[in-house]
Formats: sequence, structure tokens, C-alpha cells
Amino acid sequence: MSDLNTAMTERYRNSFLMEVEANVEEGEWVKMCMQCGVCAGSCPLGNAWEHTPQKLFMMIRAGKREAVLSSDAMWMCTSCYNCIARCPRGLPITHIMHGLAHYAKRLGLVPKNQPTQQFSQIFWDNLMKKGRVNELKLGLSMYFKDGFGQGIKNAMANKQLGQNMMKAKRMNAMEFFGGHGIKDTSGLQKMIKKAQEIEDAKYQGNS
Amino acid sequence: MAKKEVSYYPGCSSQTGASSSNMMRATQTMCDELDIQLNEIPDWNCCGASIGYGGGGELPRLTLSARNIALSEQHNPGQEIIATCAACWLSTREAKERLHEDANMFRDANTALNEINLKLNNQTPVRHMVEVLVEDIGFEAIKAKVKKPLEGLKIASYVGCQTNRPFGIAEESFENPVYLDHIIESVGADSIPTYEKKVQCCGGALAFSEPEKSQEMIHGIIEAAYDHGADLIATPCPLCQANVEIYQDQINARFGSKFNMPVVYYSQLMSVAFGRNSKDSALDGQIIRAKSLEDIAGK
Repeated sequence: MSDLNTAMTERYRNSFLMEVEANVEEGEWVKMCMQCGVCAGSCPLGNAWEHTPQKLFMMIRAGKREAVLSSDAMWMCTSCYNCIARCPRGLPITHIMHGLAHYAKRLGLVPKNQPTQQFSQIFWDNLMKKGRVNELKLGLSMYFKDGFGQGIKNAMANKQLGQNMMKAKRMNAMEFFGGHGIKDTSGLQKMIKKAQEIEDAKYQGNS
Repeated sequence: MAKKEVSYYPGCSSQTGASSSNMMRATQTMCDELDIQLNEIPDWNCCGASIGYGGGGELPRLTLSARNIALSEQHNPGQEIIATCAACWLSTREAKERLHEDANMFRDANTALNEINLKLNNQTPVRHMVEVLVEDIGFEAIKAKVKKPLEGLKIASYVGCQTNRPFGIAEESFENPVYLDHIIESVGADSIPTYEKKVQCCGGALAFSEPEKSQEMIHGIIEAAYDHGADLIATPCPLCQANVEIYQDQINARFGSKFNMPVVYYSQLMSVAFGRNSKDSALDGQIIRAKSLEDIAGK
């Protein structure tokens, strides 16, 4: 168990709802859920996950801390914003899902080998390197995330796709050697480091 | 029409050799014809897209967009920020609104920006190119520019998610937006008012991480277009375009279908209709060639 997870468990022993309200992006909205289920019926991957947003909100109120934070449901959010558009009480559900996912990651509670969790981290690390996403490296990192052998298999399975993209000049092999980026990379990294420190301090204050 | 200058935020996938570089080229052509000058935000960075949430927390993500807005305010003062990518628009507008509503977050973002001597005033409107077309230019003015109407083409308007939700285009419904149908009709083609998959999710970033689940949704989007007799699918979103076009081989293998449906941007339809050639309209950037558009462009 991570140190932050231990600290949070001790501090919010009696109320997971309060923990979510204080630490999860837009978490203060959770108690506004009226359990109508419109979000559950509106989610494009509703058939793929165990816990609908509606269920997660009730589980938060019922104190099911571990079940919520280790659920893979949040990681199946496609960010389609259907749930936000339709929620009769205006809960920013998409953002709460992202917030729960991020909080679970911070606490070290994400399910193992969850592909979207891995992709999400790969995407962030990719953009942080040069300030802009390098699509070629993004694709390759995803193919090779489970090791070299599997990576070659994935690359072979998608060989035609890659060739099509290159032919249409929508993928460039030269991106492997550097590629697009911003000029002030070090400035951007410094700025994000500062933002991260401010956010970390907020968590520490809460723990 | 008086020249309109905007502060342009193209986004990572629009760069040369990237997955929607074809959108960028057609956007430039369309804007030349409509007398819109695109002043790129100098040294703009990635917005973090929707999928960045796993790695980046709330403040780091908002700060990414805050940097772009601050750079725009500094270098392109008085100009609205215009994005063509759905995720860029969403992230930037969301950051603008969240930093407007939350004074603490606004202060913290500025503390981070201060590290690189930037300051966010947050007074700049953040709009999508489609809003410029619909609200500033108007369908009648688009119609008036048409030299080669796309007569006889039946086009499914696939709006997708993030150009539509959560912000949407003013006075449009989330469930059945019609602006893209109007653009299609303005350039002389036939829209499909009952295309039921127009706001169906394509999987977004999960097309990479959950291909089986996403391709099932994409299959439905293409199948419905065929059922309505569509010649083409048109979309405003770079990820929708890529997801619906480039996996058709894999989808055919998975579902036993024989899809070969071109998926193009509204800006490509307009470029062709305004009389520009295939190259200017970026039709050479298709993986599934839009033969019907090439024929009209070559006339």
C-alpha cells in the first residue's frame, strides 16, 4: 500500500464520501446524484464495465472505498460526454470519472494491466517530453508495452495500417528520430513541475 | 467579405506528417476561400486531450491550456482562439471556463505560468472553427461561394462526440445537431437527416487501448451510413475521421463486412465545392479514396 493511500485511509476512516469530495476532481458533486440511471444507459461502453457511474456514486456514499478505487470502470470512459449532456442534475460525470481514475492512480490502486490506464500514462509521458504528442512513438510505446515479443506481434498485425498511413503522409517514420516539439521544452517542463508541486501540496494538506 | 483574423490552435495531430495533416491542409484551403487568416499561436503545446487525465492531474492539465491561452493573449492580442480539433477545443475552452469559475485554480495556474514569465488574463474567447462557419459566415455565404456543387452525392453527417458535447454549437441539440447537415446541403450535396449514428462515440482514444470494443462501435457507424445509401461520411473531428476510416480493413476481418467507405472533413467538401483541386482539398490524404469528390475536383 502506498504511503499516501495509508495516510488517506487513516484520515477519512469514517467517510469515503468526504475523502472523494476533498481529493477527487469535481468530487463535491457526488452527493448530488439522484440515482436515476440515465448515465448508465447513456455510456457507449456500458456493456463492458461492471460499475456504472450511478453505481460508483452509490458505492462512494456507502463507503466501498477499495471496490471503487480498484474498479476498472472509470478507465473505460471514452470521454464522449453523453453522461454530462444528459444528467438531469448537471453532475460533471465525465470529469468525476477522470478524477476518480487519477486519484486511484495516485494511490497506487489501479487494476493491473488495465490497457487504457497504461495508454493514458504513456500519452502523458509522451507529450511531456517535447510539449507535443509524437504519434509514431505513441503508437510504438503502446505496441511494445507488454514486452518486445508482443510488440513485434502487434506491429506485424498493424503493418498494413502503418503502411497506409505513411502512404497518405499521415505518419512519418522520421518522427522516430526527434520529431515535432515546442521550442521552450524546458520552460514547459518547469511550468508543469510547479503545477504538480502545488497539486501535491494540496494532497499533503488533505492527508 | 472583410478579412477575419483569428488566433489559430492547430493541435498535435494537424502537424506535417501527423494523422490529421490532411485536415490542416483542407482547413487552410477553406479559409483562403473564405478570407479567414489563421495566425498560429507561437510555440503552442499539446492540450493533454481527454486521455491525459490518467497521467496528469487537474492543475497540470489546466496549466497546459493556460499556457496556450496566455501565449495567444500575448502574441495575437484581441483575436479569438479558434481550434479545428475537437479535443483541442474542448480542453482549451474547459480550462478557460474552469479557471474563470475557480479563483484559487486561476491563481495556482498563474503561479505555474510565472515560472516562464507568462501571465494569463483569461479574457479570450475559445471557439471551434465550426462556430465561425455557422455563426460568423453563415450557410448562405457558404452557398454563394460554391462553384462546383457536390450534386448527386449522399453524405452522412457524423458529428461525433466532442464537437457536440459538452459545449456544442449554439442553438443545436446534443442529441440531433444539424449544422453539419446544413453545411452538406450548402455545398450542393444531399444530407441524411435520419442518420441515427451521427453522435455515436467512435471510442476516441480507446480505439488504441480497447480496439475490440471501439471497433464494434465504429462498425455500427459505418453500417448505418451504408444502410442509408451514403456515398461518403463527413465529420468535423480528427479522431473520428481517423478511427472511422483507417480501421475498416480490421473491422471487415473482424465482422465479415466489406466496408470501403470514404470518411472526409467538412473542410474537404467545402474546398472541392469552392472549386479547388484534389491536392488543395487534401484528397490525397485519404486511405480510402473519395473517388466521387476527386471526380468533381478534376472536372
